[in-house]
Amino acid sequence: MAVSAENKRRLVTAALVGPAAVWLFTFLVLPFTAVVIFAFGERAPEGGYQPAFTLAQFANLGARSAAFTNTLTLAPIGALACLLIAYPVAYYLAIKADQKYRMFLISLIVIPFWTSMLVRTYAWMYLLGARGIPHLFELAGIDDVRLLNTPGAVLLGIVYGYLPLMILPIYVSLEKLDRRLLDASADLGATPLSTFFGVTLPLSLPGVMTGVALVTILLLGEYLIPQLLGGGKVFFIGNALVDLFLQSRNWPFGSAIAVTLVVVVVAVLLVAMRIAWRVSGSRQVDLI
Amino acid sequence: MRALVFALYLFLYAPIALVVLFSFNSGRNASELVGFSTQWYGRALSNPFLMDALQTSLIVAFTSASLAAIFGTMAAIGLERLGQRTRAVFDGLLSAAIVVPGVVIGIATLVALVELFSFLNPAIAAVWPGTDPPKLGLGYGSIVAAHGLFTMALVTMIVRARLASLGRDIIDASSDLYATPLTTFREIVLPQIAPSILAGFLLAFTFSFDDFIIAFFVAGSKTTLPMYVFASIRRGITPEINAIATIVLVASLVLIVMARFLTREKKLKSGDVAQKA
Repeated sequence: MAVSAENKRRLVTAALVGPAAVWLFTFLVLPFTAVVIFAFGERAPEGGYQPAFTLAQFANLGARSAAFTNTLTLAPIGALACLLIAYPVAYYLAIKADQKYRMFLISLIVIPFWTSMLVRTYAWMYLLGARGIPHLFELAGIDDVRLLNTPGAVLLGIVYGYLPLMILPIYVSLEKLDRRLLDASADLGATPLSTFFGVTLPLSLPGVMTGVALVTILLLGEYLIPQLLGGGKVFFIGNALVDLFLQSRNWPFGSAIAVTLVVVVVAVLLVAMRIAWRVSGSRQVDLI
Repeated sequence: MRALVFALYLFLYAPIALVVLFSFNSGRNASELVGFSTQWYGRALSNPFLMDALQTSLIVAFTSASLAAIFGTMAAIGLERLGQRTRAVFDGLLSAAIVVPGVVIGIATLVALVELFSFLNPAIAAVWPGTDPPKLGLGYGSIVAAHGLFTMALVTMIVRARLASLGRDIIDASSDLYATPLTTFREIVLPQIAPSILAGFLLAFTFSFDDFIIAFFVAGSKTTLPMYVFASIRRGITPEINAIATIVLVASLVLIVMARFLTREKKLKSGDVAQKA
């Protein structure tokens, strides 16, 4: 009797997690294995993949060094720029803002993040393009202002696109903060500034780490922003991947780049988790 | 400080507002408002390619979000029942599905399916009795599969968080009153997690409806709405794109506000309970 009940329980569990397990295996584990295998292969003469075992693709990564350089500089710079703007805003919303409007104000921050990134990036393409802000300069007598297709435009698009994602975790960590600590600090004679640097900032670091890690990771795989606002001049790894898979059809080389990208993403994640553990003193850090 | 926050909201909303504003501009020029007109909407709505792309996006988003909501919820419930080691593997895969960049998901699905089809199609042709064997290819199925990977993981996380916040005591009370596990689930657990499932569905729908990069790789001959918008932008900026962008914006706005509303109500309720306690 007990055995059959145990079996029944197992069967139900298997039925519950089965579909998700099959999905994860078929569309995550298998495809990623294929990409890793491809990364050690050769390009077939007509494009695509030809079986081989070679490290040539990885040795050739330097051929796309510009994409790596751009991504690995603009992603951290973009995340840092987001952080510098996000922190004061999150601080205001969590500590200073009227509790009545807090939920509404934070909703206004979250909503843009879930609306189409394509449309939001297009908005800046529209504003920075020849008929937008540069046209206004022209009317004012200043000609030849070029804003679109510059690293600055890409950085602006990055900040615009990812700011909400930086604000949210910082807001959450500041909101959880025990207000009595701030009062205690003030009662003990600390100035507001030293309370901030001694109490508030250290306690909000897990949120900061989460935000920086999330934004950096998403930026490492970014395609649309450099494509639309960088106009092919500011090239990211994502753009190189689209080119290699859809245009020049060099799948093995593209796979090697994709594998490298995932390694970088995992490395960023691990470093962020390590730092978050250290600052929060606990192993329970939810980065996602 | 208040001024800074105000400036931030302006920064977040002004560019979108301008896109919307100029979609009602009767002139072609993007820098001067000439007069009010809905002509660009008329033009957009009578564009068969656009309507086709919209239909594709709706079908894909609805299918992938439904599957994600069902399988994600099932997984969230089932995960609690798994052994520690199996659950750790599962957790790892779910996190991977969320953090692996979309561009890599797109590539991996493309590579794997193309290889799979090149192996399967001759095999099917060999055993097919008729003269015209079916040919597997990229399309609806591959987009749904790739979108569903991310969104299923998302739904699992959302529903799981809700399940974890459920009191164990009401479930125990239910079984003490001789409810079968199924009855307890239907009468006690499901009503409590339903808003989270629906919110997960809406977020999944929004993600799929807005995604460009994954579909770009695995859509095959199909064109989703973001793919169409992207292609149009590259052909040149016209007020018609502003009209399409506005439609996309309104659609995802409605969905996300609904999702926020559903999860917010839940938070208020748990707040009330905490206050009473």
